[in-house]
Amino acid sequence: MQHTISVLVKNEAGALSRMTNLFSARGYNIESLTVSTTLDTKYARATIVVTHCDDSVIEQILKQLHKLIPVIKVCDLTPENSTTLELVFIKVDSKNEVGELLKIAEAFGVKVIDVSPKTYTLQAVCNEKQLKSLVELLRPIGIKDIVRSGAVSINVKSE
Amino acid sequence: MTNKIITKELTGSQVFLECLKNEGVDTIFGYPGGVILGIYEAFYHEKKIKHYLVRHEQAAIHAAEGYARVTGKCGVAIVTSGPGATNTITGIANAYLDGHPLVVFTGQVSASLIGNDAFQEADIVGITRSCSKHNYLVKDIKDLARVIKEAFYIANTGKKGPVVIDLAKNVLDAKIEFEYPKEVDLEGYNPTYKGNPKQISKALQLLCNAKRPAIISGGGVLSSEASEELTELAKLLNVPVATTLMGIGTYPMNDQMALGMLGMHGNYWANYAISNCDVLFSIGTRFNDRITGPSKEFAKNAQIIHIDIDPCSISKNVTANIPIVGDAKIVLQAMLEEFKAKNYEINKENKREWFEQIEEWKKQRVIPEIQSEKLHVHTVLEQIYEYTKEYEPIVATEVGQHQMWTAQAFNFTKPRKLLTSGGLGTMGFGFPAAMGACLADKNRLVLNIAGDGSIQMNIQELATCVEYNLPVKVMIMNNGYLGMVRQWQEKLFDRHYSETKISGPDFVKVAEAYGAKGIRIKKKEEIIPALKEAIEYQGPVFLDFIVEPFEMVYPWVLAGTPIDKVILSRKE
Ligand SMILES: Cc1ncc(C[n+]2csc(CCOP(=O)(O)OP(=O)(O)O)c2C)c(N)n1
Ligand SMILES: [Mg+2]
Repeated sequence: MQHTISVLVKNEAGALSRMTNLFSARGYNIESLTVSTTLDTKYARATIVVTHCDDSVIEQILKQLHKLIPVIKVCDLTPENSTTLELVFIKVDSKNEVGELLKIAEAFGVKVIDVSPKTYTLQAVCNEKQLKSLVELLRPIGIKDIVRSGAVSINVKSE
Repeated sequence: MTNKIITKELTGSQVFLECLKNEGVDTIFGYPGGVILGIYEAFYHEKKIKHYLVRHEQAAIHAAEGYARVTGKCGVAIVTSGPGATNTITGIANAYLDGHPLVVFTGQVSASLIGNDAFQEADIVGITRSCSKHNYLVKDIKDLARVIKEAFYIANTGKKGPVVIDLAKNVLDAKIEFEYPKEVDLEGYNPTYKGNPKQISKALQLLCNAKRPAIISGGGVLSSEASEELTELAKLLNVPVATTLMGIGTYPMNDQMALGMLGMHGNYWANYAISNCDVLFSIGTRFNDRITGPSKEFAKNAQIIHIDIDPCSISKNVTANIPIVGDAKIVLQAMLEEFKAKNYEINKENKREWFEQIEEWKKQRVIPEIQSEKLHVHTVLEQIYEYTKEYEPIVATEVGQHQMWTAQAFNFTKPRKLLTSGGLGTMGFGFPAAMGACLADKNRLVLNIAGDGSIQMNIQELATCVEYNLPVKVMIMNNGYLGMVRQWQEKLFDRHYSETKISGPDFVKVAEAYGAKGIRIKKKEEIIPALKEAIEYQGPVFLDFIVEPFEMVYPWVLAGTPIDKVILSRKE
């Protein structure tokens, strides 16, 4: 099962590798990881997405994360209690089917941020599911590259 | 003239010593080297802290752990950068797995050189991240005192463990006005000490109604000094107590309700009681696979109450029905108060059958198989135990057959008397740990029960013992084999003794070469005179017991089988 874990942590050297160690030591790959400072720059927030992880192992990792000295708070976010989005840049071949491309972009609320004779660069803010459909539609036109920020999540229901 | 108060500035090295004094440290184990020369210069002028020069950095850490285990205080060690630091890893991992408080200082190259593959540079913070409770790299002298204060606090609170402080050379040379912080400010570190009162009353209720209750007492009971509370509660509730290897001594082994050690080489009756109980009250143990066997088969029909200070230990290996996160002593005290204040009723009659059954199981004892004229380790250990018990010695072991036999033969009645490497199972731990014990409890008899394999892993420390006159009595059970591994090969690999026959030096001559005493014992009648001579001698002694090579440790539960599949002899 996929898990999205949000960690509030002291903004200090080594904090990130303490967290990621817990996954790598168990042979788990991190699907995506974003870290940035919070309003108070003393702290940083990390959003860690893992897939193919046993629930019991995740429970251990959550407890272990909490046990790390610089970690202040750990949340296991679910789709019910949170919103998760990421920023994606997609480079698409613009030699053919520009009309189709712009239609898709409009339908998905995707911005065109750069145009060159060969390439359109798109910017999307979406969740994983939306990204999948977007990619499926764009693939026939020709995707040259894709850059993803990794997910950020926010707890929206409980406060 | 101005009125400015002139405070003396101290170097980082001096600050280091002042911090240690503020923490009440008077004993430190270490080994010097290039980047920490400044600290050794400070030691040269230091009167209150005694530095003990070991002969290998691994031993400094084990000695500090031995000291910590006996005193309950933080053990402290200092080593240089690079190889000095990497030599400490086994010691740090050992203290981490057994949960003993250490503060380990490692030297580091100057901050400006870090990452350059400078001479004797090792990324010790990176290397120790997964085997220490916490670690720090100090690059600025302004952080030094705060970091040391935090390290001592973290090491000896919550689930205890080693904390590593890597000191960049520039920090030691820099100067600052020294001020020791009064408090620590660690926002993300708040161990839970008090148990949840609702869980506590639920646990009591369950224990009172139980027909076949049992307690497992682990190393957490020792760490939180909860033996008295444990004993009182066990008696009040009328529940028998088994201990893990780490929990030995937390409940008096000679008590009527003691089941002794459980697990792979635990007592038949302890394993049976735990396997058949209806309520299992387990305190300060993480249910290591050496005591549970396959966790699905473990205490199958029991409701499990589990106290642990570390939330990570709860429902990790064995699912708890009533988890209680908290300090063993504080939770047990709360249980005692609650029990005395309210009208809990325990039905002793209820449990009569259970106690009868346990008595029945107690008849299943190991009958030693006599194979030869040679000395047998259990005979030797029984005699050592009988002869030394009036001294209430501290007993440090190495790892192997002799370790398990020691755990079985010595009827430990007090905590902090057995020093043994449980979690990591480190050969070479016992001898340096015994040195630490000598300094922690200066007038006490300290034994190191060793194997001929293990003793060769830190044998160089005999020089340290001689130099500082640390009178460790090392009892080598010399069977010519890596006995515990040989035992597995005998049973599971058709007696293919692949690389387990091990030679050693003449231990008597080695002892003499180091300036210690050596005694060889080959016959039964030589045991007592040798012990007498060793104890009367004022310094360290090697006693080389030439013993039967092919003995097996029983009871024995094969790895991967449930703990009630106890083998008691070769015939099974
Ligand atoms: C550092 C280390 N290396 C290897 C092992 C694996 N091991 C466990 S017991 C043992 C044999 C110990 O032999 P010895 O010290 O002679 O004790 P005996 O079992 O013969 O009493 C070995 C090799 C270990 N526990 N620690
Ligand atoms: Mg041996």
